[in-house]
Amino acid sequence: MSYAQTIGSVRYTFPTLADLLAKASPARSGDNLAGIAAESAQQRIAAQLALADLPLATFLTETVVPYETDEVTRLIVDTHDPAAFSHVSSLTVGELRDYLLSDEATSERLTALAPGFTPEMAAAVSKLMRLQDLVLVARKISVVTRFRTTVGLPGRLSTRLQPNHPTDDPAGIAASILDGLMLGSGDAVIGINPVSDSPATVTKLLHLIDTARRRFSIPTQSCVLAHITTQMQAMDQGAPLDLLFQSIGGTEATNTSFGVSLSLLDEAHQQARSLKRGGIAPPGTDPNATEAGGENVMYFETGQGSSLSANAHHGVDQQTLEARAYAVARHFSPMLVNTVVGFIGPEYLYDGKQILRAALEDHFCGKLLGLPMGCDVCYTNHAEADNDDMDGILTMLGTAGVNYIMGVPGADDIMLHYQSTSFHDALYLRTVLDLRPAPEFEAWLETGAAKRLSLPKLLVI
Amino acid sequence: MAEAPKELQSAASPVTDLRDYTTARVSLTRTGSSLATRDSLTFALAHAQARDAVHATLSLPSLLDALRSRNLEAITIKSAAPDRATYLRRPNLGRTVSAALRASLSTQAKPPANNTLTIILADGLSALALDRHAIPLLDALLPLLTPHWSLTPIVIAEQARVAIADPIGQALHASLTLLLIGERPGLSSPDSLGAYLTWAPSPGRTDAERNCISNIRTHGLGYSAAAQRIAALANEAQRLQLTGTALKDLEAALPPPL
Repeated sequence: MSYAQTIGSVRYTFPTLADLLAKASPARSGDNLAGIAAESAQQRIAAQLALADLPLATFLTETVVPYETDEVTRLIVDTHDPAAFSHVSSLTVGELRDYLLSDEATSERLTALAPGFTPEMAAAVSKLMRLQDLVLVARKISVVTRFRTTVGLPGRLSTRLQPNHPTDDPAGIAASILDGLMLGSGDAVIGINPVSDSPATVTKLLHLIDTARRRFSIPTQSCVLAHITTQMQAMDQGAPLDLLFQSIGGTEATNTSFGVSLSLLDEAHQQARSLKRGGIAPPGTDPNATEAGGENVMYFETGQGSSLSANAHHGVDQQTLEARAYAVARHFSPMLVNTVVGFIGPEYLYDGKQILRAALEDHFCGKLLGLPMGCDVCYTNHAEADNDDMDGILTMLGTAGVNYIMGVPGADDIMLHYQSTSFHDALYLRTVLDLRPAPEFEAWLETGAAKRLSLPKLLVI
Repeated sequence: MAEAPKELQSAASPVTDLRDYTTARVSLTRTGSSLATRDSLTFALAHAQARDAVHATLSLPSLLDALRSRNLEAITIKSAAPDRATYLRRPNLGRTVSAALRASLSTQAKPPANNTLTIILADGLSALALDRHAIPLLDALLPLLTPHWSLTPIVIAEQARVAIADPIGQALHASLTLLLIGERPGLSSPDSLGAYLTWAPSPGRTDAERNCISNIRTHGLGYSAAAQRIAALANEAQRLQLTGTALKDLEAALPPPL
């Protein structure tokens, strides 16, 4: 089916739904690189006008990636909730935007709608929204998850403490953990990107975090962001794994390039659940009692451009594909999901302006689809971006109610070679927006326990 | 403005100097919850150096002088990316050379053999890395290579990505290309050089078919250690007639960087 819009004497046609979505996307270098972006500013608005008049129900009959050959499309179609959708089934994409911004769209109603939205609907409506729209609607939606801390409550901002080290050195990692804990970081997760993708390294680093957590009664969870199969081997060998990590994308072929499939994710998810770690005990419970097991055990990372990078984009724009990755994520009720928005480089998001828009789109689409969205607010040195751009993104995401951001010592990740947000950046955001850490972690900070931490105590096994 | 979060009042200054344990930016000085001026400017300087490295251009005259004084023949070329802004947006252009350039390179090709090596010096994302490290690395490397290899002229490529080695190597009938390229600058490593080996280069080779030795710089992998690893890989590539994943195991078995 083709789509068309006339402006003055010019008639624009868009042969497919994917083409309409691509042409309607606000400008970014990745869509240009793929050769699918609008060819003029007016063509882009023509596509947005056509998209605004498109009935939402179209997305239930037209797919952007074929159902027969893509398991992500099958997941989206087969798990769609028609009952939830029925409340908006008569709307066009433009009318959905108006509804989302209206006072009628309360927090409760938006939460109930989430299973009725497909990722393509979320992406489509976001393309008609300005930054303030993306902030305003996302702010209305709370997605709360729990492991040992409760993340995503209104008025709260959590952080992933990211203590990476170029040789996985335990003392070096512990030094960064200590620095972060003393600055109030680490209530979403203490998550290490290892250099070495081996079960032995994963196990060693998980023990490091777990020992520190138990010794100092720190309410948090651990994660070592190796490949999921490596984490599965570590679990087989008895590693104390809290959250199970994987990078995911919005097409089957992207996930194949990451070495995963839905069935593999499912198997790994079951294995992590079976460890019965985490779960928040009622107040007054013996802290050493056996844990009941958390409901939310998965941690996913995503980012616009990954499908094009893997040559797996099917001619679909990178923002729509990013939203499709969220369909994969929500199938597993994750504890944490974050877009690593500026990591991929300027050929996908060229400058601070493009990274800002992508960060707010990703956060909005994730929240609309019911995900506990965080964001790695970040950039590389070959992108046209700097600290000022990150401050803008950080402040707008905080206003939009982002669940968590990263806490990296001095914003400089010495292992992955990019700049993220620092412990101090999180303190800034908590201060200006009057946001507090996760309640369990806040209570721990108030005991003054962070004062009693020291490197030797963290490292003695 | 809201009051500062409570943990700030309870956070103690670290007694141990955490900087003894990691090069991460730990134990920064605070004013309120923000970075103090000195630490803020230290970060800004590191970023400025990385940015300058990304936008630097090669010092071609001194590079050519240095090669000439070593009796090494060199050809300079440009990729299909006309400028830095295009280069950053269109990585594919940085992997491509024009048909005219390929034809001109072909006139310098040797008859096909099993030991023809083309060394390519590419600016990549840090011309600074090439300016600083290419010649000292070649000085350490060439004595290890000359017993086994017959060199084509060295090719200096501007606005180049890793895969530019493929059309260049093919045009010169190289059995193996060794590409030395400026890596993406890190905040504290604006001048890191990478070395990529590709057997039987031709357009369409994937990264899985190459071997890479990374982080060649003053505070990273030293010239002598890098040269030994490159030479060992090159010789093994010749023996097995391939590069890439199948050579990885050998890479792991090599002595760790000094």
